[in-house]
Amino acid sequence: MSTTDATYGIWNRPLKKTGIVGFLTTVDHKKIGIGYAIGALFFLLVGGVEALIIRLQLMVPENNLVDARTYNELFTMHGTTMVFLAVMPLSAAFFNYIMPLQVGARDVAFPRLNALGLWCFFVGGIVVNLSWLYQVAPAIGWFGYAPLTTKPYSPDIGTDFWIVGLQILGIASLAGSFNFITTILNMRAPGLSMMRLPVFTWMTLVTSFLIILAFPPITIALVELMFDRHFGTHFFDVGGGGKPILWQHLFWIFGHPEVYILILPAMGIISEVLPVFSRKPLFGYPLVVFSGAVIGFLGFAVWSHHMFTTGLGIVATSAFAFLTMLISIPTGVKIFNWIGTLWGGRIRFTTPMLFALGFIWMFMLGGFTGIMHSSPPVDAQQQDSYFVIAHFHYVLIGGSIFALLCGIYYWFPKVTGKLMNDNIGKLLFYTIFVGFNLAFFPMHILGMTGMPRRTHTYKAEMGWAEPNFWSTIGALILGFGILFVVIQLIYSCFRGQPSGENPWDARTLEWDTSSPPKEYNFGYTPVIHSRDQVWENKYGAAEKKMGKIAPGPHGIHMPDQSWWPLMVAIGLFISGMGVIFHHQPMSTLLPFLPEGIHFHILYFTGFGMVVTFMSIILWAIEGPGGYHLHPTAEELEGAVQPDPQQGGHH
Amino acid sequence: MSDLAAHADPLEELKQTNTGVENKKMAMWAFLASDCMFFGTLISTHLIYRKIYPTVVDPTQIFSIELTGFSSFILLMSSFLMALTVSSAHKGNLTSMRTFLLGTILFGGVFLGGQVYEFSHFVHEKGLTLSSSVFGSTFYTLTGTHGIHVALGVFWLAMWFFATLPKKFSQFTREERLPAQLITFWVALPVVMVLVYFIHHHSTAYLLIAAGWLVLFPVLMLVTTPLRGRYSHVNALDVETAGLYWHFVDIVWIIIFTAVYLVEYL
Ligand code: HEM
Repeated sequence: MSTTDATYGIWNRPLKKTGIVGFLTTVDHKKIGIGYAIGALFFLLVGGVEALIIRLQLMVPENNLVDARTYNELFTMHGTTMVFLAVMPLSAAFFNYIMPLQVGARDVAFPRLNALGLWCFFVGGIVVNLSWLYQVAPAIGWFGYAPLTTKPYSPDIGTDFWIVGLQILGIASLAGSFNFITTILNMRAPGLSMMRLPVFTWMTLVTSFLIILAFPPITIALVELMFDRHFGTHFFDVGGGGKPILWQHLFWIFGHPEVYILILPAMGIISEVLPVFSRKPLFGYPLVVFSGAVIGFLGFAVWSHHMFTTGLGIVATSAFAFLTMLISIPTGVKIFNWIGTLWGGRIRFTTPMLFALGFIWMFMLGGFTGIMHSSPPVDAQQQDSYFVIAHFHYVLIGGSIFALLCGIYYWFPKVTGKLMNDNIGKLLFYTIFVGFNLAFFPMHILGMTGMPRRTHTYKAEMGWAEPNFWSTIGALILGFGILFVVIQLIYSCFRGQPSGENPWDARTLEWDTSSPPKEYNFGYTPVIHSRDQVWENKYGAAEKKMGKIAPGPHGIHMPDQSWWPLMVAIGLFISGMGVIFHHQPMSTLLPFLPEGIHFHILYFTGFGMVVTFMSIILWAIEGPGGYHLHPTAEELEGAVQPDPQQGGHH
Repeated sequence: MSDLAAHADPLEELKQTNTGVENKKMAMWAFLASDCMFFGTLISTHLIYRKIYPTVVDPTQIFSIELTGFSSFILLMSSFLMALTVSSAHKGNLTSMRTFLLGTILFGGVFLGGQVYEFSHFVHEKGLTLSSSVFGSTFYTLTGTHGIHVALGVFWLAMWFFATLPKKFSQFTREERLPAQLITFWVALPVVMVLVYFIHHHSTAYLLIAAGWLVLFPVLMLVTTPLRGRYSHVNALDVETAGLYWHFVDIVWIIIFTAVYLVEYL
């Protein structure tokens, strides 16, 4: 196990920790988390630019900034980018960085698998967005309904970019989730029972379960669609006997859990931040955890509320309406618990706290409209109108994005050891808050007065001009707000004031290590005696304080870096491109080549598969490897020597 | 790793997690939960379309239930051998572990061979292709996905088999029964293929397979050199994890065999 021999594989392992090589071969969950964050923020801006073009087009009636086709491409790519490339990976960034620290682990269970997740995320994001460069962006909506996606109606390869990109992103999410589940269930510090876990870690666990159970249906549906488009099967092809409604079912069996995948991490973040800035423990911890799990569970039983207008029949429609209304109960429980946490607390209005409070309010508004269209007759009116757009942006921006920004402001000192200026942060919060409401509140009215979604323009006589105008102004304010958050983030990385270890007087275990944490997270094994351990260390009774166990004489075991996760992802990229350009002449793939070269591009897929397989084999042969590090005496102050009977944790 | 623990059974040490289940095994359970959903989706797709189009294709005219029944039985028996493999791995009995591992691989191979035969028979003689009907689409996608699972399993177990071999060829004869095991494995397939050629029907494909395997096996022995000598007692956990996967794939086949094949004969 504890070999220090770095040439254990066939080739030498990469040892450099810094620079490009250090990043490309890293297995450190903290660097991987930062990698996810960089990618996600980049794609958040890309998706934002797409949204602003949409809004500018709708600013005045009969505008012709973009044509109808481009408009369709824009909202498809906007939805896909925001869901899969911005919000999910930003949550994954927090899972990666924060969760292992919160459970007191040295890293996740399978560090190299974790790196694979990161590289698949990048590759998937690149594949989806390459469609812009080939000027064939998909124009199918983010849920890609059949038969629009079948070959006769979408003959160009934009849809194939979308299919293949989502498949690779699915691998990223699955790889990450197996890892997180194992880490949370198996690698908690001694004494950290499940009911002492920080709520954010709990929500990571629930989200990971949702991912591993919800991604398979979409993966299979995408495979079936790909076969329809490339190999002549008839899954969704009406002419051959296929039923397009099957796609809707498979998509939403994935799609509804997916929206909880977007919101549960956000709820986890909020449940961490509110107690810290109210200086009170979370009110009703077991209920918050339990309702999170119930939301996850019920999330699998409501998919057909996206299909009320397809004519499912009275019984099915009523059942799904009932279950949908049921979900509002655990959600409401959470909201009351958050309010209970605030009640009587000594509230500090810092930037993260403002975002958290904004979250509660805005998410509730989105929830209310959600309850409205859980009723099928109401939904029949609102389906496919701007009312729905308003609804889900209230839960996705007012919910997810607010909470993720909250998380950025809250954990930034942990990750960098620096502070983000609080006054600027507050100013940006108010900008975002005002811009967001100005952009999306009018959409409720637009929807009620009949403006359909996915429409690239409208006539002045419809009376929609004024709300649309203000909505666009709001979107611009919102967009600039988010842009400036990113700028402030980058600026503070370099110029921020030093923060010290625990600037917020926070409560959970991640604040026990240095900020930023050492490579090995904790020099000692923390022994947990209470739920808000770091708070109790400072203010609690003696028996609630944390114990520390020093590592054995060998030091702390660290895994070696590796090239193979990256190589697996590159192999997937090559084979994905082969599938996308299958049936196309070589000059579409590589436009600088002369026309008329005959080469079966599907061979690329074979080649890519070989690269992937060889990399997996070499990955297996290489083994986790490893070396040892020794924490300083200062870090080990107060730590006891390990009990030889128990076997140390490192 | 503290001093004392380092002397203890390394396999026991891996169990020192919060749940008492080793990390690799836990991740495998999570993967299998996910895989249930993969197959669940495929099986439901197939059954839904069977219900919508009860009469377009008559599967009993296409299936040869005797062959599939036989290969299903073989696959189940491979699960039995897999269990024996895991048990001997834990006991540290390398000789019997190799025997059972080869048996599992062989049976997995027989199942795959049956499936290849079945597919080519359906395509060429019964005219059932991916695009001939919805039934073809769902049938091939479902059973093909299962076949890929079996193939990956065979591949994975084979890697562990090669890992148990000694580093140098010269050491082979010193291992109990190893040469006999290898030679049996090498010639078993060609013998069966030649028998099939004479008994069943005279298709040169069988002879080609026999010849191909005779050449391929030594090549495999050579190219897997970097794997050899890597197996040690801790890896019993990896074999067990592979075993979990193998059993799961077999259980899924029981469901597929029932839902796709057997119910057609009711
Ligand atoms: C800068 C902030 C944003 C603005 C101004 C914005 C604006 C819009 C607009 C106007 C549409 C409707 C397009 C149409 O139906 O014609 C839309 C669709 C959509 N948005 Fe956003 N959005 C923003 C952020 C987000 C975020 C953060 C998410 C997800 C986490 C998101 C997810 C979606 C989805 C899934 C659709 C549906 C796309 C489709 O119809 O296929 N948006 N957005």
